[in-house]
Amino acid sequence: MKHLIDPMDLSVAEVDQLLELADDIMLNREKYQEVCKHKKLATLFFEPSTRTRLSFEAAMLELGGSILGFSSADSSSASKGESVSDTVTVVSGYADIIAMRHPKEGAPYAASLHVNCPVINAGDGGHNHPTQTLTDLLTIHQEKGRLDNLTIGLCGDLKFGRTVHSLIKAMARYENIHFVMISPEELRLPDYIIKDVLEKKKIPYKEVHTIEEVIADLDILYMTRVQRERFFNEADYIRLKDTFILDEKKLADAREDLCIMHPLPRVNEISKKVDEDPRACYFKQALYGKYIRMALIMTLLGVSVDEH
Amino acid sequence: MNIDSIKNGIVLDHIKAGKSMQIYKYLGLDDMDCSVAIIKNAHSNKMGKKDIIKIDDTLNLNLDVLGYIDPDITVCYIKDSKIVEKRHLELPSRLVNVIRCKNPRCITSTDTDLDQIFRLTDPEQGVYRCAYCESRKSSQKDY
Ligand SMILES: [Zn+2]
Repeated sequence: MKHLIDPMDLSVAEVDQLLELADDIMLNREKYQEVCKHKKLATLFFEPSTRTRLSFEAAMLELGGSILGFSSADSSSASKGESVSDTVTVVSGYADIIAMRHPKEGAPYAASLHVNCPVINAGDGGHNHPTQTLTDLLTIHQEKGRLDNLTIGLCGDLKFGRTVHSLIKAMARYENIHFVMISPEELRLPDYIIKDVLEKKKIPYKEVHTIEEVIADLDILYMTRVQRERFFNEADYIRLKDTFILDEKKLADAREDLCIMHPLPRVNEISKKVDEDPRACYFKQALYGKYIRMALIMTLLGVSVDEH
Repeated sequence: MNIDSIKNGIVLDHIKAGKSMQIYKYLGLDDMDCSVAIIKNAHSNKMGKKDIIKIDDTLNLNLDVLGYIDPDITVCYIKDSKIVEKRHLELPSRLVNVIRCKNPRCITSTDTDLDQIFRLTDPEQGVYRCAYCESRKSSQKDY
């Protein structure tokens, strides 16, 4: 593995190794605190995403490395019309590894063709966000202790939600996975995901319109935001938005060991009251994001504790 | 209709009838000095009608381009008036700077110095996807 551009660049075995390393980092944080000493991570964020950038930077700092970069196109030469390949060619002279976010699809791949150091895609438009997918996998692995034999409910905007599409592709590689799609008709999972992923691999799935009718079957409930601008008219939005808001009442029939996930930021799709429920895992999920990024940075840099 | 057979050159056979001019242009034959014969609507047992292009020169054809446009074309290399090699084309696994990505959200739409790279992701259906943004393009079998 040289770069991480697409979540599916990683084999199941490579994902396992990353999860194992992240497990060990969480248990033995001191062991890893100098493993990236004298290494530099450049966070090149051509569009702002404070949460993702801080997660990368915290990950590198906890490994004893240092960070540089920019957090929006305004503060970079991109605003003066410099191409992505020129920017990264210059930056790769200063850094050992690059995490890049860009509004255009494929920008991190373009960068990876022009530099010798590893490039991590930290989100390219509505296309890929592989470290979010890895975060989701680590969360499931940590919270459920397995990545197979799971019934996964996906709720909200399943049409435009790239995190959901990537998670489906990633989880489809494990045994005995059932998917339950919970969305309004307007925001149902695109046909190409159903055809190319679910039906091709004969993975059982069902599509429903309410959380309550399936909640008792779920091991995982993955919530996403239903954005107002996705609806043709305000009336549809108002009619539907409460259906896809998770509150304590809708959790009445849920299992004791349900794991509630959300890629964050949340707006109102999970009621604040749910935060106190032990089944709410979304803030832990954000923390797992840092640990999987630590594992990823170490792996791409080819460093391990044994060398030190 | 009779066209002199060529001594040293290339014959593109089994071109879908009516498509020879497009291939002529795609291969840049209009910029070449060599003599080129285009035969339209020739009789074919296999295809009914077909086009043929005869090029009186041993130039280096981009077979990837040709394979992408129409993998059913046969390329015959002629030496001393004899066919010395017959090549059946196939869909190339990678296309570099042959077709352009039309996705306005793709990085290649703004960074125009990037190579336009497409990968064959579904050989059965002839589906190519942009290496950057994964936008799909079907092979040009129907031009
Ligand atoms: Zn593209």
